[in-house]
Amino acid sequence: MTTSDLFEGQTGLWEIVIGVEVHAQVISQAKLFSSAPTAFGAAPNTQVSCVDAGFPGMLPTLNGFCVEQAVKTGLGLNAQIHLRSQFDRKNYFYADLPNGYQISQLYHPIVGTGYVDIDKADGTAKRIGVTRLHLEQDAGKSIHDQSPTKSFIDLNRAGVALMEIVSEPDMRSAEEVMAYIRKLRTILRYLETCDGNMEEGSMRADVNVSVRRPGEALGTRAEIKNVNSVRYIGQAIAYEVDRQVTLIENGQKVVQETRLFDAQKGETRSMRGKEDAHDYRYFPDPDLPPLVIGQDLVERIRSQMPELPDAKKKRLIHDLSLAPYDADVIVAERETADFFEETLTCLKAFQENKAENEKAAAAKLAANWLTGDFFAALNRSGLSIIQSPISAAHLAELVDLILTNVISGRIAKDVFLEMWDSTHPPTRIVETKGLQQITDTGALEASINQILAQNADKVAEYRSGKDKLFGFFVGQVMKATGGKANPAALNELLLKKLN
Amino acid sequence: MTDKSSLTHLTITQALEGLRTKAFSALELTQAHVDRAQETAPLNAFITTTFEQAIERAKHSDLRLAKGETRPLEGIPIGMKDLFCTKGIRTTAASKILGDFIPPYESTISQKLLEAGTISLGKTNLDEFAMGSANLTSAFGPALSPWKDGAGTHCVPGGSSGGSTAAVASFSAMAATGTDTGGSIRQPASFTGLVGLKPTYGRCSRYGVIAFASSLDQAGPITRTVEDCALMLQAMAGYDTLDATSVNVPVPDYLQEMKGSLQGLKIGLPTQCRLDDLRPDVAALWDKAADVLTQAGAHVIPIELPLLKYALPAYYIIAPAEASSNLARYDGVRYGARVEGDSLDALYMNTRSAGFGDEVKRRIFVGTYVLSSGYYDAYYVRAQKLRARMIEDFKQAFSQVDLILTPSAPTPPFVIGGEPKDPVTMYMNDIFTVSANLAGLPGISIPFGLSSEHLPLGMQLLAPAFQEGLLLRAGKVLYDNAETHPLTALKEANRK
Repeated sequence: MTTSDLFEGQTGLWEIVIGVEVHAQVISQAKLFSSAPTAFGAAPNTQVSCVDAGFPGMLPTLNGFCVEQAVKTGLGLNAQIHLRSQFDRKNYFYADLPNGYQISQLYHPIVGTGYVDIDKADGTAKRIGVTRLHLEQDAGKSIHDQSPTKSFIDLNRAGVALMEIVSEPDMRSAEEVMAYIRKLRTILRYLETCDGNMEEGSMRADVNVSVRRPGEALGTRAEIKNVNSVRYIGQAIAYEVDRQVTLIENGQKVVQETRLFDAQKGETRSMRGKEDAHDYRYFPDPDLPPLVIGQDLVERIRSQMPELPDAKKKRLIHDLSLAPYDADVIVAERETADFFEETLTCLKAFQENKAENEKAAAAKLAANWLTGDFFAALNRSGLSIIQSPISAAHLAELVDLILTNVISGRIAKDVFLEMWDSTHPPTRIVETKGLQQITDTGALEASINQILAQNADKVAEYRSGKDKLFGFFVGQVMKATGGKANPAALNELLLKKLN
Repeated sequence: MTDKSSLTHLTITQALEGLRTKAFSALELTQAHVDRAQETAPLNAFITTTFEQAIERAKHSDLRLAKGETRPLEGIPIGMKDLFCTKGIRTTAASKILGDFIPPYESTISQKLLEAGTISLGKTNLDEFAMGSANLTSAFGPALSPWKDGAGTHCVPGGSSGGSTAAVASFSAMAATGTDTGGSIRQPASFTGLVGLKPTYGRCSRYGVIAFASSLDQAGPITRTVEDCALMLQAMAGYDTLDATSVNVPVPDYLQEMKGSLQGLKIGLPTQCRLDDLRPDVAALWDKAADVLTQAGAHVIPIELPLLKYALPAYYIIAPAEASSNLARYDGVRYGARVEGDSLDALYMNTRSAGFGDEVKRRIFVGTYVLSSGYYDAYYVRAQKLRARMIEDFKQAFSQVDLILTPSAPTPPFVIGGEPKDPVTMYMNDIFTVSANLAGLPGISIPFGLSSEHLPLGMQLLAPAFQEGLLLRAGKVLYDNAETHPLTALKEANRK
């Protein structure tokens, strides 16, 4: 705990304690217990089987792919995989819950304790414990805004597989929670077990918040339900902490309850108290025998695991000497990392297996371009990296043009913009537009001679000690050559001429 | 055909032979049963009849018979318990809440029987959601047994598969399907002088069978002879990927298994079943059954099932618990009866209050209670522990014996109106049968004699898992050595 995370109330400092339950929709063609499809955005009630709709005599049959996805996720969270788990029924009545119960795993979840490492703003890392991960069905959707007197039910989502990932109450600030959610999302997306899309609801978070005096026993918590963006999570926690501290400092008590976050007002409000909490009457689902998986399945999945962000970041820093910040930005999204790594494989230094320092230099330049001009262009045009008009191969080509002194970094920026608009390879653009650097000393010398002759007074000033004028001469030559002068060659020649 | 009953009195084996030799057609056979079913309509054995479809299917069977494309049960008219979902045919579970429900799918068992060539005459009556032991809780009125007491009052056909036993015992169908959660095949078979077999849990698919208590429910056949039972079971048994609790074990040739000898088999008589207040006629018949098996070469020995007395209480915790959850889906939202209300909760309460009968409500209450926070450990968890111990007891017993012999029910059938008035006494009917459901074991009830008031009594055999063949083999010996031949007794009962 760092003191900076403490909340300052009227009566002193408060420690914030937060645990998070994330519901992550499993990427799978079919639902958890039926073969109905799961595509988002289909017309209401078009992706529903009789099993999903809870028809009489219908029975659940477990989708093995969803089990593999849960195991894969468990491994990605460095967690224990339980070879024997069980499904339980969580009983409650609601119109969008067709069976009157949700099939979940209360007593014996498929995944046990694990952890996620988050990076804090100050550059330090923190380990957040994962209590468990279990598989369960999603409910359908109730629609209340179509008629003043009726509600409508869409069962497309009913029965879709979810992974509920429960954290330990290890987080101490909204920033940590946001970092945790982002990191979890990144891991799930790397694993391709959940698309992490909070807007579409395929990843949802319930946040348990309490406050206490540092070092004292845990306070009473409030659960904030279904906050659907990372930013809102931050806002909801900030509001909730303030609310709880104010209550306690005014001699009142925090009651255990479920609260909803109102994004428009930026506040949480009570949804139901402890006394209204459902008695879910959990019991093992008699329609489903215990789920038993073999260690061989776990090992097969382990052997097919992609490199995860933490490992990738470490490798980029260690092998390619990337700056931690650049590495962070590159690994944050799997697509970015993939693009970057593809770029690397297209670079000459890697294709020709040059010395490590050459590779590192090339990688560094590629990383700069990717996180700089490339990201800026994506942002400007509102595109994602997989929609980019510039391929990884073309970006590598551009970097190589710079590294081999064919064009200068400055010219490269123009070439880049041209690439973006035309999708042409940079070599072709450089050739057609004649943008190659002037490295021919003869041509450069002529240009320099001309500039020095035109500015004899400045040359005299320079020679009498006004060093700063060197930049002026560089600028003039650049102007005369349309920016194509090779900067290094120019510097060298100019120095020789002036001294 | 001169005698109308000459076709309906046939066993399935005889009917298959008659169809093969063209002694009569499938149409004639079905028509005779349709006529008989219409004659016995006052028994209320069927909730829904499908006579027209049956006639059409009989014609189709005749075509197949002519072409030599005969299936194992080609042209055999049967009854389908109205708990099996049948595509396009109303399926009610004998409840108002499903009073007009027409499934868009077919249960695996009814599908297999269709594919075996049987002809369904309709959906047979039952206790509402299979909850009952006398078929008195049906929303469509009670089914009556063809058996009557001395005063001429109809007996109950047992339950929950009472419509099935009423239909088969009255010669309105050659066989019928049943489901057995705590004895719902074996007890009604015992009450009506029929053979009823509850297979091993997982032997017959539960897909499309409206659930009462999922961990206990098992479908099985109700027939007039042991051989017919073997034929029906052959068509019904088998692994089904649509039921996760179905077990992938090969299905043997039951007719073949039935034919073996009992020489050297060990039969256990649980001392715990020798209840202090066991009726003398039931006790005497039990002894006689043991003698018959001994004479056939088996060794009868006493065995201990120490926890048997807890079977009933454990059953009446686990079954209602599962039922309370299984029946939550009947909420008026998507299908079935709906009674509107001005809120979602009101819709639920109105619909379920009007849709369920008293016995179903009682079990939902009990089940909800035993699963509730604070009571779950005291009731449900303890019942499950008992269940696990009982399974161990049976394992222990079956390490000493091959089969277990007990009465099927503690009493012969009671007459309509003479049933026990308090639910707990009614539940006592299941005392000998529930343990097989708790342990997932197969059991058969064999008509073996008559009570002091000349009403049917059945004997129950229990076997280790997937030993249905053994049940049929020993059952056949009991059947063939019954005091009055069961078929003769049935014909006699129908004449009264």
